[in-house]
Amino acid sequence: MEQAPEPGAIQRPRRLPPALRQFFSREAMTGWLFILPAFIGFVLFYLLPSIRAFSISFTDWNLLRPPRPVGLENYQALVADPNFWHALKVTGLYVLLNIPLQTVLALLLAVLMDRLVRSIFVRAVIILPYLLSNVVVAMIFLWLLHPILGYINVFLGLLGLERQPFFGSPDQALATVAGVNIWRHMGFTALLFYAGLQSIPRSLYEAASIDGASEWRMFWRITLPLLRPVTVFVLVTSVIGSFQIFDTVAVATGGGPTYATRVIVWYIYENAFQFFKMGYASAMSMVLFLILVVFTLLQMRLFRAGHSDLA
Amino acid sequence: MNPVETNPIRVRNRVVYQLTPGRIVAWVLLAVLIFITLFPLWIVIKTAITHPKELFEQATLLFPSDPTLLNFRRALGMVSLEENLAVGGVANINFLTAMRNSVLFTLTIVVSQTFFSAMAAYAFARLRFPGRDLIFFLFLAATMIPGAVLFIPNFILVKNLGWLNTFQGMVAPFVLMTPFAVFFLRQFFLAVPKELEEAAYLDGASPFYVFWRIILPISKTPLVTLAILTTINTWNEFFWPWIVSKDNNMQVLTVALKMFQSQTPQGSPDWTGLMAATFLAIIPVFILLVVLGRQVVESLQFSGLK
Repeated sequence: MEQAPEPGAIQRPRRLPPALRQFFSREAMTGWLFILPAFIGFVLFYLLPSIRAFSISFTDWNLLRPPRPVGLENYQALVADPNFWHALKVTGLYVLLNIPLQTVLALLLAVLMDRLVRSIFVRAVIILPYLLSNVVVAMIFLWLLHPILGYINVFLGLLGLERQPFFGSPDQALATVAGVNIWRHMGFTALLFYAGLQSIPRSLYEAASIDGASEWRMFWRITLPLLRPVTVFVLVTSVIGSFQIFDTVAVATGGGPTYATRVIVWYIYENAFQFFKMGYASAMSMVLFLILVVFTLLQMRLFRAGHSDLA
Repeated sequence: MNPVETNPIRVRNRVVYQLTPGRIVAWVLLAVLIFITLFPLWIVIKTAITHPKELFEQATLLFPSDPTLLNFRRALGMVSLEENLAVGGVANINFLTAMRNSVLFTLTIVVSQTFFSAMAAYAFARLRFPGRDLIFFLFLAATMIPGAVLFIPNFILVKNLGWLNTFQGMVAPFVLMTPFAVFFLRQFFLAVPKELEEAAYLDGASPFYVFWRIILPISKTPLVTLAILTTINTWNEFFWPWIVSKDNNMQVLTVALKMFQSQTPQGSPDWTGLMAATFLAIIPVFILLVVLGRQVVESLQFSGLK
């Protein structure tokens, strides 16, 4: 019944409702085709796993037998599990040992670079540790902090000070892991601050210095307030990363000694791949997710993210 | 935006360039921070060129009295097992295999992830199709999900596919996209002037042609930035390859190093061999920094600004 339209004739609209017509239009088809590979990747490795992790958390599953639904049992067990609370405590403590010092050192380094040397070479040097994998970094410090042969202990010995066990002591292991990660992340974080510093108008400093303001005063009155959006970004991302500390623990301490570094992700890993408690591990990962979401929202609120005082 | 050139700070810099006590303290602080950054790396090199038998005597030295390349030969499997055991080595690390695996792993992921993410980002930025905004919102939301949530279901999926200890299994979660990559590139494509594409479309070009011949070439900078960030992250990836590839022949460098370290008995790990392997593992990163220094620094610097 339909004839091919003659050349030059006005094509009659097809009898499809507008919504459907839009649905099957050429552009829509192209659009879907373009996102198809990424969409498949998203569905297979982000969307479905998220849903699946949620549903596994309501089961008892050791991968050998089919999962057995247990309702809220995993979550109840979690609340009653002292190891879980201990892991949360250790993780919280780790974040406190890691983030404040790392952020302050990075900010200091960024301001120093901004005031003294803007050379790309210096920036390349300070990000070197960040380019090394956590495994390599852990390996380096296992050796550097070796109780007998490690150079740091040799050096302490030369100074007549007592050698320290570092990774080997329940009292020092967590702080040592934090120190190692401060070493790896300091330069990268400084680079982020440095980028932020470049967007502060120089004229402000000039005006302040004509008025006789000291460097110290300029830092508190100009640099810090105007850097706030960058600071919020740095804090949010580094706290989220710090909460999920795993690699260094896996290589350097294995959660020990005597559980001193059994952080939350390590405990999740143990439950999943050493005790094969997939349901329990998933329930824990859900709690971690929740904690991270709450933290992010809290931090954003606290610092009024995205609003620079420059406006 | 280039504040260094447009602002009169240069003049001011010259004026203030006297050595006040404050400035000296600042220089010293900077030097200390740079020293802390570099010193551990020197100890790696120093240990790697120390003869395994002399490790104990030379512990206090900053430079070995008779540097040797023996440990590098051992790490590269260039000495026999007996010779290796004789100097205190434990096992041969399959360094070259691990290096090859790491290069393949990284190249595959960087090329395909960047390409597919760019395609999706172009569609999200320019093409109109129903469901676009919802799907993009889901992508954005996914950046919030911690890895700890995803690895269990992803492991089960890869296991059920029979892909444990295979290359497919190792690259699968990364090859098609990451939400960050799509988000990152979409921002740039949104800023590309539409006129460029419109002219091509009027000439009857297909969307793929426009994407391939117009969009990609003018987006070289963001693409390189993204590729560098992905290269660093992929090269250093440990957790996923570790849980899906315990097999000797499949291990990437991070996994091989970890295995090498945990194989050694608690009493006397082969530190010189380990540091030689560690140093070799750093070299590619070092080359990246030397060759693409400016781009690497700017990419990382940029990753915080968006």
